[in-house]
Amino acid sequence: MQWINAVVQGLLLGGLYALFATGLSLMFGVMRIVNLAHGDLAVVASFLALALISGTGLPLWVVIVVTVPLFAVLGYLTQRVLLQGSLSSGPLATLLVTFGLSIVLQNVLLEIFSADTRTLDGGAFATSSFQLAGSITVGWLPLVTFLLACAVLAGIQVFLSRTGLGRMLRASSDDRETANLVGADSRHVYGVATAIAFATVALAGLMFAMRSSFDPATGPSRLIFAFEAVVIGGLGSLWGTLLGGIVLGVTQSLGAQIDPAMTLLAGHLVFLAVLAFRPQGLLAGRTA
Amino acid sequence: MTLSNLLTERAAANVDVRRAARTSKLSGGALLAAVVLLAALPYVVFSDVTDTLVNLYVLVALASMWNLLAGFGGLVSVGQQAFVGIGAYSVIALADLGVQPYLAVPLAAVTCVVFAVPTSWLAFRLRGDYFAVGTWVIAEVYRLLVVRVDALGGASGKGLAGLSGLDPVLRGALTYWVALALTLATVGGCYLLLRGRVGLSLMAVRDEETAASAAGIDVTRAKRIVYLVSAAGCGAAGGVITVSSLSVNPDAIFNVQWSAYMIFIVVIGGIGFVEGPLLGAVVFFTLQQLLADYGAWYLVILGAVGIAVARWLPGGLWGLVRDRTGLSLFPVGYYVRSSGHAR
Amino acid sequence: MTLLSIRGLTVHHGLLRAVDGLSLEMERGEVLAIIGANGAGKSTLLRALAGLDAPTSGTVHLDGRDITRFPAHRRVSAGIALVPEGRRLFRSLTVEENLLTGAYRGRPGPWSLEAVYELFPWMPDRRRQNAAQLSGGEQQSVAIGRALLSNPDLLLIDELSLGLAPVIVRRIYGALRDIVAAGTTALIVEQDVSQAMRVADRVNCLLEGRSVLAGRPAELSAEQVERAYFGIRDGED
Repeated sequence: MQWINAVVQGLLLGGLYALFATGLSLMFGVMRIVNLAHGDLAVVASFLALALISGTGLPLWVVIVVTVPLFAVLGYLTQRVLLQGSLSSGPLATLLVTFGLSIVLQNVLLEIFSADTRTLDGGAFATSSFQLAGSITVGWLPLVTFLLACAVLAGIQVFLSRTGLGRMLRASSDDRETANLVGADSRHVYGVATAIAFATVALAGLMFAMRSSFDPATGPSRLIFAFEAVVIGGLGSLWGTLLGGIVLGVTQSLGAQIDPAMTLLAGHLVFLAVLAFRPQGLLAGRTA
Repeated sequence: MTLSNLLTERAAANVDVRRAARTSKLSGGALLAAVVLLAALPYVVFSDVTDTLVNLYVLVALASMWNLLAGFGGLVSVGQQAFVGIGAYSVIALADLGVQPYLAVPLAAVTCVVFAVPTSWLAFRLRGDYFAVGTWVIAEVYRLLVVRVDALGGASGKGLAGLSGLDPVLRGALTYWVALALTLATVGGCYLLLRGRVGLSLMAVRDEETAASAAGIDVTRAKRIVYLVSAAGCGAAGGVITVSSLSVNPDAIFNVQWSAYMIFIVVIGGIGFVEGPLLGAVVFFTLQQLLADYGAWYLVILGAVGIAVARWLPGGLWGLVRDRTGLSLFPVGYYVRSSGHAR
Repeated sequence: MTLLSIRGLTVHHGLLRAVDGLSLEMERGEVLAIIGANGAGKSTLLRALAGLDAPTSGTVHLDGRDITRFPAHRRVSAGIALVPEGRRLFRSLTVEENLLTGAYRGRPGPWSLEAVYELFPWMPDRRRQNAAQLSGGEQQSVAIGRALLSNPDLLLIDELSLGLAPVIVRRIYGALRDIVAAGTTALIVEQDVSQAMRVADRVNCLLEGRSVLAGRPAELSAEQVERAYFGIRDGED
């Protein structure tokens, strides 16, 4: 029974990982940028929420509703101001710029908030749960997180396949020059992709902060979850990312059952196994 | 002889190909003098100076190894701390087995090469920027694996055996010389490697991989050699760090901070030049000393400067010097002069 | 009425002058064919007109507006659409999605999805297929349809016949007649000289980035064209 419980927990966690991974995957697909500061953005969002709550006394859900769109705007601006220029500065430049950003963010947070670990207080909601078919306990927070993640992923999928701008994002990731040729302004398209990436990672970060502690140095671990979910699931497919997230979540959960210290390592080992034997991912999307 | 041979000979006779410009020969002499001077330092200055210099030497060595990997091999790794850690723990383990720690440092380099072979096989399955994150994950895996081994101290780390009986001043001097030797080996090793066939292959691959492959260069083999050498160098550096601090802590030694240092030193100093890491390390070190009282702000400034340089000055500081003066202390290219014309 | 006016256009490819001080004009509703050997600068000219390559000097005016400094995406709004060499459809999009990308800028005009489907009757049945699965000729038609959906005043077509069987090429050029009849002006670059002469109102031959021969196909002899194409000067043979 414990094992089934573990699988269920892992499944729900997987949705969250998929949400983390979406932004990373989108930025890489459209702009060929791996944002090394991706995880740190989630942590920044968490600290921002913390500051807003203690500063204004607003309830958590209001803060979430405010922070996520704010991050979308930040993403758009970051792309237009910082990343766009480095795209033409050579292949290394964007990687180095995002790495620099990661270091800057981590250390600014360290200076402002100190190295103490925090959590976001989700109140009674965060700890309550219900029984499902016998001895399977499902927490409300993990369930809502999972449903929210799926809803967001579905929403992005609809955006990409049904709207003109979404279509252009996909076209840009296929062939940027020809996308320009049919009228797409790359800077705007990239800005939108980055905005979505920042917003989703902020949401994921906030949901994660309610169930797990964070401190200025936890950004890289979030990045690694996102990255592993993308590689396991396969590049180029949102549903692949969801699958990757779920596989990662379930693996970690099962690993934790064996030995709590094995949690992260189990996930890493599965990631390495996929890398070794099926590097294109479990659900390889369109061919490169 | 064939017509093509004849033409090639004629063309070659008109052209003078040299490895070093006159300035390089002068600077070579100056560098040699500098090395002798540095080697003599333990006799001349107090040990806190040499201890500080050990840190500088380690940074130069690490940065040179990262530069070799990224600037010449085209492999941007954010996970070299894996080998810094493996090297450090190798020295710890060997010292526990009775090996004299200073001798364990080069052995640590060998250990890293052994680990680097399967690691490279895995890491190379990722392309481009994903390779960078992959190396980071691999470093994490190594950390998590090492922490599970109680004999190596588990999560809290371990002290270094075998040096406690030594006179502190002598220990400081020996550590200093080993660190200096490390720097000379890594910088010198880079230079020699790049001057040879591997270097030529790498620069061809760096410029145009498909063409290089079509010309018969085994791209993967060249990259793997570079990866292994870089691992060895980082491992030796990890060993020197351990010998210097007399202990190892897994969170510190496997920390991505080392990659941050390496990357920023090379980016600011000049990526793709052997001189870059030297210049960058001096700049970084100065910054670190000047901002020592400001806590984490020095990393913020470092990061910001790194971003600015990556964005607007892709050749780094040395690239700037090179563009303005044509100076090359470690010439890895070729000078072609047509004889019969004054240049 | 002059639609396109190019004056002294020079475009560099690295150090090479691919287009060298070229001047030409186009009237509304005509079909101009640019011919010339490989490397004569034909594709570079189209790319510069579409805004993909920035000119070193010279001006381009469309319908009286100076569009020389416009980036590619603004030229679509201004009324220029390029069907690029090699078709360059979006691989992960379906046929219909590819067509719809052309309508991104929402320029008003006669061309809609329905109109394009009328022009190429085989297309509606394949609309949900992935564009990469189509044959070369079918992809070429989709690429043209995509360009048409931006309702351009000036349609640029680069090397339509490349890699296609002559029968298919003729069929697609047949559609060009209908396109021009609907009000679009067309500037085509064509390797196949006889095909170009058949379909164009005027022909312009480029050599090393310069125009060396211009005129109506009926007024140009085969020998004139051959000499211009290969750069054979009078007195040589």
